[in-house]
Amino acid sequence: MVEYRIDRRSGVATYLQIVQQTHQALRLGLLEPGDKLPTAREVVEATAINPNTVLKAYRELEREGLVEARRGLGTFVRATLGSAPADSPLRGELVDWARRARAAGLEREDAAALFTAVLDEQFASRDMTTQGGSI
Amino acid sequence: MTDTAIEAADLDLSYRRRGAPALRGCSFRLPAGRVCALVGPNGAGKSTLLALAAAILRPTRGHLAVLGTDPAAARPRVAYVAQDKPLYPQLTVAETLRLGAELNPGRWDAARAGRVLADAGVDPRARVRSLSGGQRTRVALALALGKRAELLLLDEPMADLDPLVRHRLMGTLMGEAAEHGTTVVMSSHIVGELADVCDHVLLLSGGRVRLGGGIDDLTHAHALVTGARPLSDLDRHTVVESRAAGRGLTALIRPEGPLDAGWQVEEPSLEELLLAHLRAPAVPPLLTPGTTAAHRGVAA
Repeated sequence: MVEYRIDRRSGVATYLQIVQQTHQALRLGLLEPGDKLPTAREVVEATAINPNTVLKAYRELEREGLVEARRGLGTFVRATLGSAPADSPLRGELVDWARRARAAGLEREDAAALFTAVLDEQFASRDMTTQGGSI
Repeated sequence: MTDTAIEAADLDLSYRRRGAPALRGCSFRLPAGRVCALVGPNGAGKSTLLALAAAILRPTRGHLAVLGTDPAAARPRVAYVAQDKPLYPQLTVAETLRLGAELNPGRWDAARAGRVLADAGVDPRARVRSLSGGQRTRVALALALGKRAELLLLDEPMADLDPLVRHRLMGTLMGEAAEHGTTVVMSSHIVGELADVCDHVLLLSGGRVRLGGGIDDLTHAHALVTGARPLSDLDRHTVVESRAAGRGLTALIRPEGPLDAGWQVEEPSLEELLLAHLRAPAVPPLLTPGTTAAHRGVAA
């Protein structure tokens, strides 16, 4: 069973925190297809947030095709998220890149900003659909 | 079951014939199943409105419907916890719960009432007078939840609780709302603590409704704009408040159409929205669609 942690000062909408933490749990293999998400009641009892916030997060996850609601049974994981294991070639290339960035005199924040900018550029279209559907 | 928990039309209440009214011209609709924050400064009329919905008071003028009927007729389906948590001090906790059972024949759910007290370490044999403020709040909430009410009216329910107990009790309350679709109205003058718990807000000040609606709908209906531009640039929109920011200004507005490109636009937080409206009493009230009183004479 995953437990959600709500950070009231993060500035990230509460329902998005649940969505993101579920993504994270899927990436880390804490949740796998067939696993059950906690019920809205369980989440709100533990976090003292509004039940509709949990339902909104679960609807978003359902829309992304990651979970499915089964009537009277609960919400279950359907799919997993692509993960990059610790020894993957992608990680190796990223380590190389970070070393070169550092050698070129970039600060940690500079490198992070550059990386984020490239991610925004490459994943732009996908993010747009996510945001469009969540309103 | 009705889809409206509370509907008020032109509601006035004066405690004295000549005194200033505690509520004036209040009109709004609260859909069923919402968790509503009733907010406003001291003396805004929050407690008065809750007491009217609980049929403790009768309106001086106007109409009020609770769960689709007259407030007095709705009483068996409504639970009201007043600010001072009135309980019988000489009764024990167990006797208080038995009283709840006797006063609510056919409705009482002892298991639900018991759950509220279960993890609090409240001794059933303890007399109410010997309980701490937090334990007393729990007993009052246990009575309210044991009644299986469709509408919970809670006046400053968490005021005398420490943060841990507050979190736990809010969790219990939200669990009940999730399970049974209970409508909850709770008053507070602390905005921040309610933002996560509530999905609906009603802002009162000076006895009038200033804002009402779903929290997301209300924040979407406003924009926090910043730019190196004159205030006259915002003439088309309703400006709630504005402040100088360097060479330009920052303003909270209700956009009435698209904004010019020169403005940086953000969505305000609930707290920013409420505080700005309290500082600007002349700004017209706003009720989002679906939260205005449908018609006059809802329960004549």
